[in-house]
Amino acid sequence: MPQVWIPALLRDLTGGQQTVHVPGKTVRQVIENLEANFPGLKARLCQDERLRPSILVAVDGEISTLGLRQGLQEASEVHFLPAIRGGAT
Amino acid sequence: MSKKVLIQATINGEEVEFLAEPRQSLLEVLREGLSLTGAKEGCNNGNCGACNVILDGALVNSCLVLAVEIQGRSLTTIEGIAGPQGLHPIQQKFLEHAALQCGYCTPGFIVAAKALFDQNPNPTEQEVRYWLAGNLCRCTGYDKIVRAVLDAAQAIGKIPVEEI
Amino acid sequence: MTANLRVEQTSAEEQKPAYRVIGTTPIRHDGTDKVTGRALYGADIRLPGMLYGAVLRSPHAHARIKSIDTSQAEALPGVRAVVTSADLPDLESKIAELGEGSINQRYQSCNILARDKVLYFGHPVAAVAAADPHLAEEALALIQVDYDVLPPVLDVNQAMQADAPILLEDLYTDELGKKSEHPSNIASHSQTRLGDIEKGFAEAAVIVEREFTTSMVHQGYIEPQNATALYNQDGQLTIWCSTQGAFGVRDQVASILQIPISKIRVVPMEIGGGFGGKIGIYLEPIAALLSRRSGHRPVKMSMKRSDVFAATGPTSGSTIRVKMGADQQGRITAAQAVLAYEAGAYPGSFVGAGMGVIFAPYRIEHVRTDGYDVVVNKPRTAAYRAPGGTNAAFACEVVIDELCEKLGIDPIEFRLLNGVRQGDRRADGVVYDRIGCLETLQAAREHPHYRAPLEGPFRGRGVASGYWGNYGGMSSASASINPDGTISLVEGSVDIGGTRTSLAMQLAEGLGVPAEAVRPVVADTDQVGYTEGTYGSRTTFATGLAVYELSQILKNKLVEHAARLWEVEPDQVNFAEGIFTCADKQMTLQDFAPQLPEPVVASAAVHATKWGASFATHIVDVEVDPETGKVTILRYTACQDVGKAVYPNYVEGQIQGGVAQGVGWGLNEEYLYDEKGRLVNASWLDYRMPVSLDLPMIDTVLVEVPNPGHPYGVRGVGEVPIVPPPAALANAIYRAVGVRMNVLPMSPGRIVAAIQSRAVHVPEKD
Repeated sequence: MPQVWIPALLRDLTGGQQTVHVPGKTVRQVIENLEANFPGLKARLCQDERLRPSILVAVDGEISTLGLRQGLQEASEVHFLPAIRGGAT
Repeated sequence: MSKKVLIQATINGEEVEFLAEPRQSLLEVLREGLSLTGAKEGCNNGNCGACNVILDGALVNSCLVLAVEIQGRSLTTIEGIAGPQGLHPIQQKFLEHAALQCGYCTPGFIVAAKALFDQNPNPTEQEVRYWLAGNLCRCTGYDKIVRAVLDAAQAIGKIPVEEI
Repeated sequence: MTANLRVEQTSAEEQKPAYRVIGTTPIRHDGTDKVTGRALYGADIRLPGMLYGAVLRSPHAHARIKSIDTSQAEALPGVRAVVTSADLPDLESKIAELGEGSINQRYQSCNILARDKVLYFGHPVAAVAAADPHLAEEALALIQVDYDVLPPVLDVNQAMQADAPILLEDLYTDELGKKSEHPSNIASHSQTRLGDIEKGFAEAAVIVEREFTTSMVHQGYIEPQNATALYNQDGQLTIWCSTQGAFGVRDQVASILQIPISKIRVVPMEIGGGFGGKIGIYLEPIAALLSRRSGHRPVKMSMKRSDVFAATGPTSGSTIRVKMGADQQGRITAAQAVLAYEAGAYPGSFVGAGMGVIFAPYRIEHVRTDGYDVVVNKPRTAAYRAPGGTNAAFACEVVIDELCEKLGIDPIEFRLLNGVRQGDRRADGVVYDRIGCLETLQAAREHPHYRAPLEGPFRGRGVASGYWGNYGGMSSASASINPDGTISLVEGSVDIGGTRTSLAMQLAEGLGVPAEAVRPVVADTDQVGYTEGTYGSRTTFATGLAVYELSQILKNKLVEHAARLWEVEPDQVNFAEGIFTCADKQMTLQDFAPQLPEPVVASAAVHATKWGASFATHIVDVEVDPETGKVTILRYTACQDVGKAVYPNYVEGQIQGGVAQGVGWGLNEEYLYDEKGRLVNASWLDYRMPVSLDLPMIDTVLVEVPNPGHPYGVRGVGEVPIVPPPAALANAIYRAVGVRMNVLPMSPGRIVAAIQSRAVHVPEKD
């Protein structure tokens, strides 16, 4: 099942765990399942059923253009990263 | 508003007449009055050389010259550097050496290089760097500009004088 | 003069491609226009009936605006319009709808024209349009503004104190969605963490902990911002401007003026440098308002150099603390950093990017970074070439140098021992794809510069490495075959340093024609599909991907047409190196083009995500005059992984330019504010950028580790060169005169003071 890397500032919600294996075929499903185990996580990552504008999701090292709709493989690694672009606002 | 003055001068080999207010710089009149927009404004206070022109043989910042000061004098701008045969060797070498990136400082550098060769046709690297220290470039780090100028000096040295 | 080298790093399994155009150096397509002064930059434009705009700016760093009286200015003959923030739509109501994104929208609007408060010296307050620029300046002097002056906050550490004056009453500290209880000048706190740094430091044989301070610096583009706007009677707004991205301007203008993007056309003129500072807008909405107010006349605005310094987007000054431990063999066991960056008047520094850069070249099991984005009464910061990275690398690379000294390990050997490779994790947990970190270190180690003897007093050699992540994003392009066999290419990437040609070259390579056979055009927002700006080292990569797709579409269409002409199946036609062949038949594209029965065109768009990261290692030799503190650079070599150098001359140029900016940042450039928050060195006389006398030739080594995410292996090249220089210089200065500088810039006065005090740095304990 996909492995989610928990952003450092959210690890107090996961009892300090740096990574969590969580089922889900999309990023949305994975977040819902994370929320079920660690309440409060979803509100930190999402706003109005979308990822916060300041957050990007990377799957297996590649930034996704699909956000919550991004599909996942069984062995996928998921990272939530701040949205910064080099040389851009 | 102060009265405009009629100025007659030679610009790039042609007799030109134009009106200028005493408070207008030569740079402003070249760009806004005469459509000679090759000279650029970078700072308007003599610190960057993007507005370089050659006035009676001397390299000057046109932002520090009043337009009315050129009455009866002879001016060369970037628009007068290329000859009827095509690009000047300085211009050609700038292109060959990739001595420009955004190109904004380029007219100023080319005019400055022309003025250098009028005084010193075979400068050393240090002499080139010293002469060009009045021209700011933020894109290139000056490496390829200096190479282009040195190469142009070589090329000009090989071309018969009438052809330039 | 030493040569610039290119080192290919394709692995044994990879086929070494034989390119015909990629890797050559054709004359750039816009070359003649640029060397003759004919190329049109934003301020060169002139339209019938044009007026000139000027901006009135705050003389105070922090104040409430009590009232603005523009009546006298409006009455001055020749003045056609006066505007203030009252003429901009109020975005208060949007915030409830759009949440955090629109708070930023309102901040941006206030940055264009201040509403209730001015937050920095130079903050725009009002603007006029008049028949000539001198008249416009006279009109500004007639505008009466009543201010209630407030104490300025000019320093990150001061701003973070609990009792500091608050700049923005609606700004709370955000910690990934959790907001502080009370308003704060700390806009956000971010963190990355891997492993357990306590454990890691316990394993260290040597620990170095240092604090660093860097000053606010400016991108220093030679062309000031400019914009000309024509707001027509039919509501159509056309803007000609100097920008790194026309579509970004369109989006921002639409947002600030609250008009549909369909009403806006943005024409990007040639641009005289940007480096990240011309992504955000300053003049465009003002010019638009003035145009409308003046009776729909075109209004041209160009910034004064002093206003460019005071009121555009310099990059953050910062305070950075780094602690790093290594074992006796030189393996890094733990690393920690705390970074506090100035955001300027509104939130949004690049502290996050700094956190991503700071330990990026090293494999470290236990690492923690904390970053703070802090508002202060200075202009709102914007991106400056690898934004956030140079500050961070300065701190990290100087600490590493000190570790190397204490362990007695060569600085490049140390970096090779700890260097990242494919499969290693960054501090944020993401795994590296194919990268060239070790390859650039090896190139530096093998370079004659590193082994050249350096003799003489007060001379020293320094090394530093750097990283930049780069970017991909969205680009569109279209192309058509001309009847003479040339190809017109229409793309939306503003050309700041030769990209119209590097893109033409990629199209040419794909079709097997010379670069000169492609006619590239940079289009406006009505003429090409959505394209993100020229930033993030993305253009040759991402727009290149779109262009590559064009070449494949055109190829397929042309092959089908050739097959029909020869009455064979398409799979029997071969098209390579610009020539169609089938059995014994042959023709060139030039022969075929006039015979095509219909126009052959293509369009493509990408949202590129497989961009490759860049690594660089720099070596610098300096000589320091101990009496004056002047640093002379004797020799500089920059080794960088460039993926695949499409247009090598210009890749070298990008590296040399980035190095020069880094040198200025390291040795001389800084913003100087007085105690009232007024910028006192807003001119090139006193803001000292490198000139031709300050630099030697800059040698480059183009190491080519192809990026698997691009068919030609292209990697971004433009930004990483600015990351190592200040650190490399600091390390060289240490070896020259025995002082470890921890403040930027390392200007002559500071070096002399350091030599005289020979201060021994006492590490601060938490």
